[in-house]
Amino acid sequence: MTDGVLQSAPPLATPLPRWQRLWAGLFGTPLNAAVTLCCLALLGWAVPPLLRWTLLDAVWVGPADRCADAAGACWAFIGEKLRYILFGFYDQDRQWRPAAAGAILLALAGLSGMPLFWRRATLWLWLFGLAAALLLLTGGPGGPAVPTERWSGLPVSLLLAVVGLVGAFPLAVLLALARRSSMGGVRTLAVLFIEVTRGVPLIAVLYVATLLLPLMLPAGAAIDKLLRAQIAIVLFVSAYLAEIVRAGLQSIPAGQYEAAQALGLGYWQSMRLVILPQALRTVIPSIVTLAIGLFQDTTLIIVIGLFDLLNTARTAAKDPAWLGFYDEAFGFASLIYLTVCVIASRYSLWLERRLRR
Amino acid sequence: MPPGALRSDPIAAVTLWWGGRSGLQAAILALVLLGGFLLGSNTLANMERFGITPGFAFLGRPAGFEIGEALLDYRPQDSYALALLVGLLNTVKVAVAGCVIATVLGVLLGVARLSGNALLSGLVQGYVELVRSTPLLLQLFFWSATFQALPSPRQALNPLPGVFLCNRGIQLPAFADGRAGGWLLAAVALALALALAGSVLRRRLGRRDALSGLSVAAATCGLPVALLLASGVPLQVELPELAGFNFSGGTTVSPEFSALLVGLVVNAAAMIAEIVRSGIQAVPAGQWEAARALGLPRHRIMRLVVLPQAMRVIVPLLTSSYLNLTKNSSLAVAIGFPDLVSVINTSANQTGQVLETMAIMMGAYLTVNLAVSAAMNLYNRRLAARGAR
Repeated sequence: MTDGVLQSAPPLATPLPRWQRLWAGLFGTPLNAAVTLCCLALLGWAVPPLLRWTLLDAVWVGPADRCADAAGACWAFIGEKLRYILFGFYDQDRQWRPAAAGAILLALAGLSGMPLFWRRATLWLWLFGLAAALLLLTGGPGGPAVPTERWSGLPVSLLLAVVGLVGAFPLAVLLALARRSSMGGVRTLAVLFIEVTRGVPLIAVLYVATLLLPLMLPAGAAIDKLLRAQIAIVLFVSAYLAEIVRAGLQSIPAGQYEAAQALGLGYWQSMRLVILPQALRTVIPSIVTLAIGLFQDTTLIIVIGLFDLLNTARTAAKDPAWLGFYDEAFGFASLIYLTVCVIASRYSLWLERRLRR
Repeated sequence: MPPGALRSDPIAAVTLWWGGRSGLQAAILALVLLGGFLLGSNTLANMERFGITPGFAFLGRPAGFEIGEALLDYRPQDSYALALLVGLLNTVKVAVAGCVIATVLGVLLGVARLSGNALLSGLVQGYVELVRSTPLLLQLFFWSATFQALPSPRQALNPLPGVFLCNRGIQLPAFADGRAGGWLLAAVALALALALAGSVLRRRLGRRDALSGLSVAAATCGLPVALLLASGVPLQVELPELAGFNFSGGTTVSPEFSALLVGLVVNAAAMIAEIVRSGIQAVPAGQWEAARALGLPRHRIMRLVVLPQAMRVIVPLLTSSYLNLTKNSSLAVAIGFPDLVSVINTSANQTGQVLETMAIMMGAYLTVNLAVSAAMNLYNRRLAARGAR
């Protein structure tokens, strides 16, 4: 495999024109020609049926029985169920609220990606934005409260991911500082928390939060199920984020620490004014990667019976009138995840290039 | 303080570990202990309120639920302890199979991604992007739905002779005698051990010494075959055959296990492909040029110069992707495969022994994680040492 196919690593003395290199790669050696033909055969086998299913034979509008006769996808099902998939059980006539809350959360995430907003004032923007999104979801002011059992769909996925990351941030910074502290007791506590949390799967943490947390509260006290899942996610993410922050702290040269000390700054002042601003800036690409993973991992709340985007999409295909259109439901959900995650990963690449300059 | 002094003086070592600011540290530790004590006493009080006796005595009671597939002989009247062990073994089974297959597939994909063939590397890139940008659970639901949508046994797909795909699972050929599989496994293990011992010995003794490559190869092939023949187990292979509404003969891989394994492998292989690509690209171009200047052919450059250096980047990352695969196998609970989390969940709901079952679950995952990290660290140290020599 490595013999004839691998071409890219050694640079050639006189680079060939682009199309010639492309041609040499595709048909230059017998092995490459065979590989190319195999790939073409694979594409020829897979792409036409896929195109027929998704586009040519698909049913775009109409009732369920029209879909039953068609050979292609039933996008009419998505059209019919769009509001349920996006907003789940939220009150039908007030679904502008979760829509607005989702838009606020997306806008906050988008704005924070711009280097222009990497400043202290953005913290206030976040505080107000999150408060507004939560207020919108709870149903007030000016309307009956909507219990969290009815929060569902895309806004819940966004909420869990965004609040998960933001809530984990202060905890992660403290954990990272504690892990690099000279105080042995504090350091050991931080190491224990980080390593135990990173050693167990998120599902285990979610089960602990749903089953064990209610037992740990005094009799009579209760925490909402969605809030329990959110706490679990915050704690879980903080361990991973702490390791990222620690990597950032380690990348700051010792001279910076010494210079801050020489200026007469105390520990917290030098961290806040000198070290952390530099350390966090260098690890933003890693944080974006973590955020992408977190947005995908919010789907796991399905196992404790909550309704995120994936669960509403799945249950939409359980409606007796539209039974079994799982492929369409999963296809639509994956399109949403794909869009968000591809944009975020492209952004991360752009940022990495920008920070390296 | 000289480093030797630390080892001889435990008090100095503890003082150094503890650092300064005793008041602050003691306050923080006391706060954590107090929090733990409050939560713990609440838990005990609540358990008493619900009439649950704390402790692990429930492990001896009969579990009373079915487990779809088990490596051990398990029946509902067996104990919770056995049920949990069955779940743990199922997790280990899917994790080990997943790691092995994902490594092979991932290395092939990573090399394909680096090939000069634009079509091949573009296809691999598309696959990696697609897998990395959709949630694993969504992928598992997709595979689960796909395996359930396969035709019934009567119209089973037959991609290879003796292999059938249907909605009851994958039907594979198997040995007619149940013990043959174990003996074959032993023979393969013996062959691997012999090959490893041979290569180590040959390196120690120098290649041209008494131990020739031919004799090592002969021992590696011959002794396991002799072992198999000596065992006297019939090595007859039985093909699955359609009998009535289902298959008889051969062995069946359940649709749940198949969906989980395929989903985990497809996901992890994409990650491993990226790791292999970045590892090979991390080797500076000067290394390629120097090796070419020495007149080495391409495949020997790869094997002798590039891969040994790339492995030092690859192995630590590979470790974390094995750990991820193991942890991700807990998603089995969502598609109906009885892994550890699934059995724990059922046990916790039936007995109410939430604290104990959760502790067992965390302990099991931490142990598996530590074992995998330790094994991979050992391998990594060998790699680093080989470079230093």
